[in-house]
Amino acid sequence: MNLKIVVMKKMPVLYERRQIVTPGDLLAENDYMAGENTFKENGKIYATRVGLVNYENRNIYVMALKSFYFPMVGDTVIGKVIDVSLIGWMIDVKAPYRALLRASDVLERSFRPQRDDLPSMFDVGDIIIANIVASDRTRGPLLTIREPGLGKITRGQITEITPTKIPRLIGKKGSMISIIKKETGCQVFVGQNGSIIVSGKSPEDERLAIMAIHKIEQEAHTSGLTDRVAEMIRKEKNEKKEVSGKHV
Amino acid sequence: MSKKKVKKLINGKGIRYDGRKLNELRPIKLEVGVLDNADGSAYIEQGKNKILAAVYGPKEVHPKHLAMPDRSLLRCRYHMAPFSVEERKSPAPSRREKELSKVIREAFEPSVFTEYYPRTSIDIVIEVLQADGGTRCAGITAASLALADAGIPMRDLVSACAAGKVEGHLVLDVADLEDKQGEADVPVAYMPNLNAITLLQMDGMLTSEEFEQAINLAVEGCKQIYQLQKEALKAKYVEVKEAKKEDAEQ
Repeated sequence: MNLKIVVMKKMPVLYERRQIVTPGDLLAENDYMAGENTFKENGKIYATRVGLVNYENRNIYVMALKSFYFPMVGDTVIGKVIDVSLIGWMIDVKAPYRALLRASDVLERSFRPQRDDLPSMFDVGDIIIANIVASDRTRGPLLTIREPGLGKITRGQITEITPTKIPRLIGKKGSMISIIKKETGCQVFVGQNGSIIVSGKSPEDERLAIMAIHKIEQEAHTSGLTDRVAEMIRKEKNEKKEVSGKHV
Repeated sequence: MSKKKVKKLINGKGIRYDGRKLNELRPIKLEVGVLDNADGSAYIEQGKNKILAAVYGPKEVHPKHLAMPDRSLLRCRYHMAPFSVEERKSPAPSRREKELSKVIREAFEPSVFTEYYPRTSIDIVIEVLQADGGTRCAGITAASLALADAGIPMRDLVSACAAGKVEGHLVLDVADLEDKQGEADVPVAYMPNLNAITLLQMDGMLTSEEFEQAINLAVEGCKQIYQLQKEALKAKYVEVKEAKKEDAEQ
């Protein structure tokens, strides 16, 4: 028994970096701070989600492998108009709560219900990019489109990945996403809520970019992914060329 | 039916009718993420039990008046398919199913961080496809994996297992026949890392010493199941990782 306690003290972190943990796994004791996806009870830190454990200085946290989106102020999200109400639009942002986009925000002046026709601006089914300006425990998130680059999306394809893998999709200083953009020639808009819009010159390019995005989602927890993605896109493009060449 | 009654369930050497030792679990197969349309899902086979569990949420509550301002509403539906038992069962929820839904929900309430997501609901659906005793426990084991798969934060995985008394012996993981002919059945749900019991029921007669022994036996069973649960959760991701490693080596 004594021996066990000594071992624990020498090794306050019980997992290596990037090891997979499951809810309830004891990650560390005492001196550490409980970060994302962990909780502390009686001086012990446990994981709350399936993910990869990591620690920086005294902070220990878990990068979840699968999760849902939880709205945070400042996030850019991609959503779908699901209802036109009396004061604005209800937007589905793939979160536990429906988001509200106010009519006055879009009009950039106060809203006059008798004269302003909301469905002519955004109708049910429209896809919009917006920023979250407010979100707390008592109300659903409030959106704004009054910033450059936000608003209705009229072209491209939409796809979804689990929101915790967005940082992996973007990569260190945008390395991963820029490879996809460069290799496929598509524009890629990434919402923090896991929705992604890909718009390129042809549906083929878009399909290729979406394939790469899903490859990243599936293999997010493996290393050397950036090179593999670049390789995959090039290979697919060459195959396309060969096939079309034969037809001509 | 009368033919089955005559059958001796435990022989002189302490081996049960299906070849198990007294403190041995039935073979368990667990799979995570089997349903695409649910937010999280899992499948369990424990002996002849076959059970699917799915989790939805957190999402907006319907009907709206049930929403709570300080935490998420945890709901559970335990249901047996009409073909899950020997004689067709009416698909309408029976009194037994309603009660089990309630106790299973209560088994998860200490584990799930419901306070993180006010005004939402988390729905657990457990569908028994084939029943062979101990379906509430197997259902909890599967639903726990489905919750973890849905990315819902939990204090610990919940593992569940029953102990019982059959022909005077205390046994682990009571099967249908043993449950029907045995003297007692004690289902236990347990959070191994926190050492906390979240469900405890008893059906039948036990002395207080036997009851304590039965709980300890069931808890040991839960700990074994817990290891299987962890493996099943990791397996989904480890497979991808290993496949990529092999690719890189080639």
